[in-house]
Amino acid sequence: MSASSVQTLHVNELSTEERREIEAECAHYPQRRAAAIEGLKVVQKYRGWVSDSSIEALARFLQMPAGELEGVATFYNLIFRQPVGKHVIMLCDSVCCWIKGSDKMRQHLTHTLGIQPGETTPDGLITLLPIVCLGDCDRAPTLMIDDQQHGNLTTEKVDELIAAIQNTSSAKKNPPKSKETKHD
Amino acid sequence: MDKPLTADIRPDRRPLSLKEYRATGGYRGLEKALKNLTPDQVIAEVKASNLRGRGGAGFPAGLKWSFMPRGEDAPQPRYLVCNADEMEPGTFKDRLLMEGNPHQLIEGMAVTAYALGAKIAFIFLRAEYSTAARNIEKALHEAYDSGYLGSNVLGSEFGLELYLHTSAGRYICGEETALINSLEGKRANPRAKPPFPQVSGLFGQPTVVNNCETLCNISHIIDKGADWFKGLGRGEDSGTKIFGATGNVKRTGLWELPMGTPIREIFEDCAGGMEEGYQMRGFLPGGASTDFLLPEHLDLAFDYDVIGKAGSRMGTGSLIILDNKTCPVAMVKNLTHFFAQESCGWCTPCRDGLPWAEQLLDKIEQGKGTMEDLETLAWQCTFMGPGNTFCALAPGAAEPIQSALRYFREDFERHIHEGQCPWH
Ligand SMILES: Cc1cc2nc3c(=O)[nH]c(=O)nc-3n(C[C@H](O)[C@H](O)[C@H](O)COP(=O)(O)O)c2cc1C
Ligand code: SF4
Ligand code: FES
Repeated sequence: MSASSVQTLHVNELSTEERREIEAECAHYPQRRAAAIEGLKVVQKYRGWVSDSSIEALARFLQMPAGELEGVATFYNLIFRQPVGKHVIMLCDSVCCWIKGSDKMRQHLTHTLGIQPGETTPDGLITLLPIVCLGDCDRAPTLMIDDQQHGNLTTEKVDELIAAIQNTSSAKKNPPKSKETKHD
Repeated sequence: MDKPLTADIRPDRRPLSLKEYRATGGYRGLEKALKNLTPDQVIAEVKASNLRGRGGAGFPAGLKWSFMPRGEDAPQPRYLVCNADEMEPGTFKDRLLMEGNPHQLIEGMAVTAYALGAKIAFIFLRAEYSTAARNIEKALHEAYDSGYLGSNVLGSEFGLELYLHTSAGRYICGEETALINSLEGKRANPRAKPPFPQVSGLFGQPTVVNNCETLCNISHIIDKGADWFKGLGRGEDSGTKIFGATGNVKRTGLWELPMGTPIREIFEDCAGGMEEGYQMRGFLPGGASTDFLLPEHLDLAFDYDVIGKAGSRMGTGSLIILDNKTCPVAMVKNLTHFFAQESCGWCTPCRDGLPWAEQLLDKIEQGKGTMEDLETLAWQCTFMGPGNTFCALAPGAAEPIQSALRYFREDFERHIHEGQCPWH
């Protein structure tokens, strides 16, 4: 809280891509503000999280009060109102996964990453979050990394997944080529 | 055995293309509806089929549709919404339908929209189903390109715009009036009923919300007829249902079977019974918000009213199995934690009652509870019960707690008397 309130970055304009994508969503509804959730998701896709200034910019674009958009943003589990790591690991803590040992997976993750749920690794690479049932219960225990789900977890499989994240991020440092292109 | 919903879905769920879907008889129901039937005839057929909603409550689909104002003078726009939020823990059936055969859902929605006179429809999809989202988007493109959607569907007067909305994650969005608020870009608080959505729903216009599995049945009913559909069920209820099983069973998964199939067949034949070394102690028959049943209930037919008479609910038809190596108090605590976290906070019994119940369960599980805590917990369940809250989240959350107190009372008391969790 305290550290981020010092931040005075003025990123309070939406980019051309963001405007184009949000405008396309607005076309589905009789009111612009109905695209609030899609708008927040678009902003988060490009910026990783939704800052106060992003809220202001988006609220202006959707012609709605910023306070109301803030109320929407904080309501939904997958809109991040604080910075998160480059990758987000979300471990399911609901009933089927719990029966199949999700507690053990959580302990393994916190131990391996050296962080507690809700925290980000010091290198800014990984944020660990608990999440509710992922609808993948027949493959319990499960987790989601960014938008990819992984099931039938064992501690070995968790290690492989973490290693894969660490490898791709260090591999990316070498060729400073164009950023990965997101398809919609 | 007829499996209209899943027979054509590949084991790896690679989705059927439009061409492949057509080769299995796809879009025949829509063609028939548009060419040979009036909207009223479609509704009459679905009513006659006795299709009950697969979203959990089992409300007859045709009856729900008939509450929507129709005809020349009725308000426009009217909306159809597919509820594909599927966030009930232990439930993963709609995902199979959307990943494996998205055209089946699109066709079901097109026939339904024609019956309702709705020109705009939405699929409200939970955020985490990214594969389903991709498959649906692709199928939507194919359907628009080939005239199954758009301004003149198959050259008829009927036009339909169908949009995919992906959510941002919150269980309460699955409640139909909360879903409508969420689709309007608002916080997903449920709305007071009446007015019912069929009269005043999305943007104040007449709206029907149906579950994904419900809608996937529609084209088959129109193509093959209500009598065929009724004949699929083994008991009182019509059609098939996608049942599931999770927990420490030999094979977890989903199986499409006739309505009225005895629970034992799902548990033993499909799921293969318990894993080596485990015994079943009880099960939630239809997701996290249903009352526990016991092994003695295994021979019951999986029909809405039969399960209701046994003191639970069919819900979503996915068994969550409690075994002898899992602490029932801890299991109920896990369930209650979920509901406490996902409550929208609107009504007191839910906002305050659920965290309180979670704390009590935690205390009991740690061996620090008292016999009075059990009384308080039971009282909490009535406090959260039907009639005291805006929506069914709190009453649903009370169901596993109250039934666990009834069936596993000894286990609760052992925690209190032994001062620790016997499973630790
Ligand atoms: C808290 C809560 C969550 C719900 N979640 C879902 C859901 O994820 N999917 C669904 O189809 N119905 C869900 N429902 C039921 C819906 O309110 C509604 O009854 C259903 O979508 C109607 O469809 P049907 O008549 O085809 O079953 C939920 C209800 C409550 C109270
Ligand atoms: S019962 Fe709970 S979830 Fe439903 S409206 Fe009330 S507070 Fe919200
Ligand atoms: S309970 Fe973990 S995916 Fe459903």
